[in-house]
Amino acid sequence: MELKVNGEAKSVSADPLSISDLLKLFKVEMPDMVSVQLNGTFVDRPTFGVTLIKDKDEIDFLYYMGGGQ
Amino acid sequence: MIDFTEAQLDRYSRHILLKDVGIEGQERLLSAKVLIIGAGGLGAPVALYLAAAGVGTLGIADGDNVDLSNLQRQIIHFTKDISRAKVVSAAEKIRALNPDVKVNAIQEHVFADTIRDIIRGYDFVIDGTDNFAAKFLINDACVMEDIPFSHGGIVRFTGQTMTIVPGQSACYRCVFTAPPPKNAVPTCSQAGVLGAVAGMLGTIQAAEALKFITKTGTLLTDRLLTFDALTMDFRKVTLHKQSHCAVCGENPTISALVDEEQAVCDFKNSKGLHATH
Repeated sequence: MELKVNGEAKSVSADPLSISDLLKLFKVEMPDMVSVQLNGTFVDRPTFGVTLIKDKDEIDFLYYMGGGQ
Repeated sequence: MIDFTEAQLDRYSRHILLKDVGIEGQERLLSAKVLIIGAGGLGAPVALYLAAAGVGTLGIADGDNVDLSNLQRQIIHFTKDISRAKVVSAAEKIRALNPDVKVNAIQEHVFADTIRDIIRGYDFVIDGTDNFAAKFLINDACVMEDIPFSHGGIVRFTGQTMTIVPGQSACYRCVFTAPPPKNAVPTCSQAGVLGAVAGMLGTIQAAEALKFITKTGTLLTDRLLTFDALTMDFRKVTLHKQSHCAVCGENPTISALVDEEQAVCDFKNSKGLHATH
């Protein structure tokens, strides 16, 4: 399926594909440190494993950044 | 109406020349009150630029002393300031830079039982803190007190920022819901940060504060700006206020502030900012 991940067009062959699968596919090592937006709505973290992605979906990974000092 | 002195007309001439700022904008700046929480990597450039801009009252809240390892990025502190209170060191530089600025030095960290009193009365707040507990506390307190603020976060070569106007735009909790689990987060001192990244991010926060005060341009609301200095890729992700947000949503479940357990500030894989391969 054709996806837009972090603003870039990506072709992914896996289907079905959950948010958790996608995070693994994109080598996000610490999924606890990322907030995921699917087509403009934030996905509840406990549902990452059961929320399925479909063709033409737009997904953004937003990382927690805690530094500042 | 402020009667500008000749020296002030000269000092602020490059602002006054801007047609979107002008005399009126400069008056607004001189009458404005901004609170900077954290006089560190982000707070240092913010404080210097807001002081130079003539923001009339600058509050600086920080309970730490200057450490040698701070000087690689916290440009408001000098070698001679090691071991001095950061707020004392920062106040001294601000006064030296611009005597028009009144400084409120608040030598303490913000906590749930004090933050609302600390932020009340300010027009705009800058989050320059280094931990998630403080970032969520600032968000929730600013939403409750209805004070616009700038969120900022940096790690390694990356930074993120967004401006929050409570009641109008997405808040930090709309995006990040709750602090990450403590065991997912290694310490700040393990992670490291390129000093100039703090300057880049802090300078964006300062510009947002100046835009807000002078009512100029479009604020960075409902958009999270992220950048990776390794590639100089900048990206803005459009966001929306979440109706189910625990603090700014339609039925907020957070009505009182609590101190989260101090989770530290970083994640292992900063190269994953864009997470593409």
